[in-house]
Amino acid sequence: MKILVAVKRVIDYSVRVRLKPDRSGVVTDGVKLSINPFDEIALEEALRIRERGEASEVVVATVGPRDVQTQLRSALAMGADRAIHIESTDPVEPLSVAHVLHALVLEIEPGLVILGKQAIDDDLGQTGPMLAALWGRPQATFVSKLTLKDGVALAVREVDHGLETLALDLPLVVTTDLRLNTPRFIKMPDIMKARQKPIVTRPFASFGLDLPGLVLERLEGPPERKSGIRVESVAALVTQLRERGVV
Amino acid sequence: MEGVLVIAEAQAGDAPISEATLKTLAVAQKIGGAALDVLWVGSDLAPLLARAQALAKVRTFLTFDDPRLAHPTATLVAGLVAERARRYAHVLMPGTSYGRDVLPRLAGLLKTPMVSDVLEVMGARTFKRGIYAGNIHTVVTVPDGMPVLLTVRLASWQAVAPGAGGGIPVEPCPIPETLPETARFVALAVDPSDRPDLQSARRVVSGGRALGSRENFALLERLAERLHAAIGASRAAVDAGYAPNDLQVGQTGKIIAPELYLAFGISGAIQHLTGIRDARTIVAVNKDPEAPIFKVADIGLVGDLFEVIPELLAELDRQGAEP
Ligand SMILES: Cc1cc2nc3c(=O)[nH]c(=O)nc-3n(C[C@H](O)[C@H](O)[C@H](O)COP(=O)(O)OP(=O)(O)OC[C@H]3O[C@@H](n4cnc5c(N)ncnc54)[C@H](O)[C@@H]3O)c2cc1C
Ligand SMILES: Nc1ncnc2c1ncn2[C@@H]1O[C@H](COP(=O)(O)O)[C@@H](O)[C@H]1O
Repeated sequence: MKILVAVKRVIDYSVRVRLKPDRSGVVTDGVKLSINPFDEIALEEALRIRERGEASEVVVATVGPRDVQTQLRSALAMGADRAIHIESTDPVEPLSVAHVLHALVLEIEPGLVILGKQAIDDDLGQTGPMLAALWGRPQATFVSKLTLKDGVALAVREVDHGLETLALDLPLVVTTDLRLNTPRFIKMPDIMKARQKPIVTRPFASFGLDLPGLVLERLEGPPERKSGIRVESVAALVTQLRERGVV
Repeated sequence: MEGVLVIAEAQAGDAPISEATLKTLAVAQKIGGAALDVLWVGSDLAPLLARAQALAKVRTFLTFDDPRLAHPTATLVAGLVAERARRYAHVLMPGTSYGRDVLPRLAGLLKTPMVSDVLEVMGARTFKRGIYAGNIHTVVTVPDGMPVLLTVRLASWQAVAPGAGGGIPVEPCPIPETLPETARFVALAVDPSDRPDLQSARRVVSGGRALGSRENFALLERLAERLHAAIGASRAAVDAGYAPNDLQVGQTGKIIAPELYLAFGISGAIQHLTGIRDARTIVAVNKDPEAPIFKVADIGLVGDLFEVIPELLAELDRQGAEP
C-alpha cells in the first residue's frame, strides 16, 4: 500500500503575521516559512505506518512556487520516499488543490491520503473533504488516533463534544489533528540522504484546471483590543469585575 | 437555484435546538433571499421538529429521518443531501466539527468553492472571515453563477430567538434503501461534566500548563462552580492530560465569545488568543509580568495562581458578587 501526504508551505506558526502597508498581502520578506504543522503530523503518521510494515511507500505532494522545494527536501529528510511538486506561482484554492491531488491519486493509487485538518495560513480546512468527495471515498477528519487492520481504518476524531470513533474502508482520506503524534526531528545524515531522493516537478497548468475561484476584495487588520489595566490585588480585581458588571 | 438552505446541527430528538443551528439561522436571515428552508439529518426527529415549530421565517423543514442516521458521518450525509442542496443559491452550516466535516465534502460533490467560518455578512455573496489565526481579516465574494456554501463562525453571532412561528410544513426526503457503508460510526466518548457548555457559556475559567497536574486543574472547578462558568484549557494543558480535548480553546480548539474569560497560567500564544478575541472581558493571572496574554487582557494581575484562586473565591463572597 502507498500513502500520499499533501504538504503545504506556510508562514511559520511562530511568526506574528503583518499586513503590507498597502494591504495587498502579508509581509513575507525575510519571514520564516515551514511545512504546515498539521502536514508534518500527516507525514509523521504516514512514516510510522510504513515503519510498522503496513505501507510500502510514502509520497509527498505539494502545490506551490519554485522555492517550495526547500520544504519538500525537509519532507524527504523526515523520511518520505519521493516528492511531487506541482509548480504554481499564484496561490491555489482548496478546490483546485483537491482536483490536483485527485489526479495524483488516480495515478499513484494510494490506500491512504493524509492531509492536515487545516492550513494555518488560510485556516479553511476544506481540501481533505473536497478530495474525498471528488474521489468518492470515505473521510475521517480531525483524527487523533489511527489504526489500520485488514483493509479497515479505525479513526478516533476530535469532535465538539468528545471523541468519536469511526471504522472506514480503505482507501480513504484522513485529516490530522495536533494530538495524532509528535513529528520527529530531522538529523544531519537524513538531510544528506534526502539529496538523493527524487522530486518530480510538474506545472500546475498541465492539469488543465480552470476553476472559478473566490474574489478577494480586500485584506484588513482585525479590530485591535484596546489595552487594559493592571491591578495589584485580588480585591482590586473583584472590584473591577463588579464595576464592569461581569460578576 | 434560489433560496437559503440551512443544514442543521445533527442532534438527538429530545435535546433543545442546538445553539449552533440558531446562530446559523441568524446568518441565513442576514443574507435574506427568497426563502429559508432547514434540513435535518437524524433519527426519530419528530420531537425536535415539534419544538422547532417556534422558529420564525422558515418556509419548510426538510428531513432525512432514519434509524440508520442516528450518528450520521460526513461521508454519508454529504452524499445524501447533495441532490437537495443543489437547488439552493445558499447552503449554510454551523462552524461545528459537524459542519466543518460535512460542508467541504458537499462542496467537493457540487464542485464549487466554499467560504469557511464567516464572521460577517457584507452582502448576499460577500463575506468577511479571518486568516492567520484571525490576525488578518479578508473580504471575499463568491462570483455569480455558482452556489454560495459557507460555514458560520459561531463566536461572531447571536442565536435567533424563537419567534411566533408554527405551521411550518415538514417534507421528508426520500432515503435510498441501501446507504453507503464505507464509513461506520463506532462510538462517541463524551467526558461527563455538568459544567455549562464551553461554546455558549457566559463565563469561562481557563487554565494552562502552569496548573501542573490533573489534580491541580480541579482547582478551577471550584471557581467555575462559584461563577457558573464553563472550563477551558490551553493546548499545553490538554496535551499534558490535565483536561480533555474538547475543552481546548484556540485556533485548533474552540473559538469562544463569553462575557468573562479568566485565564490562569496561560502565556497567551497567538494560537490561544485566536480563541478569545471576541470575549468581552479578559482577565489574566500570570506570574510573569511579561507574558503576552497581558497585551490583550482587559484586567491583568501578576501573581501565583495557586495563591490567587483561593483569595479570589473568598473575595467574591466578601464583595457579594452575583453567582
Ligand atoms: C498549529 C498550532 C495550533 C495551536 N493551537 C492551539 C490552540 O488551539 N490553543 C492553544 O491554547 N494553543 C495552541 N497551540 C499551542 C500554542 O502555541 C502554545 O504552545 C500554548 O497555547 C501554550 O499553552 P500555555 O499558555 O498553557 O503554556 P505556556 O506557554 O508554557 O505558559 C504557561 C504560563 O504559565 C505561567 N505560570 C507558570 N506558573 C505559574 C503560576 N504558579 N501562577 C501563574 N502563572 C504561572 C508562565 O509564566 C507562563 O506564561 C497551537 C500551536 C500550533 C503550532
Ligand atoms: N497548496 C497545497 N499543496 C499541498 N497540500 C495542500 C495545499 N493546500 C492545502 N493542502 C492540504 O490540505 C490541508 C488543508 O488545507 P486548507 O483546506 O487550505 O485548510 C493542508 O493541511 C494540506 O495537507
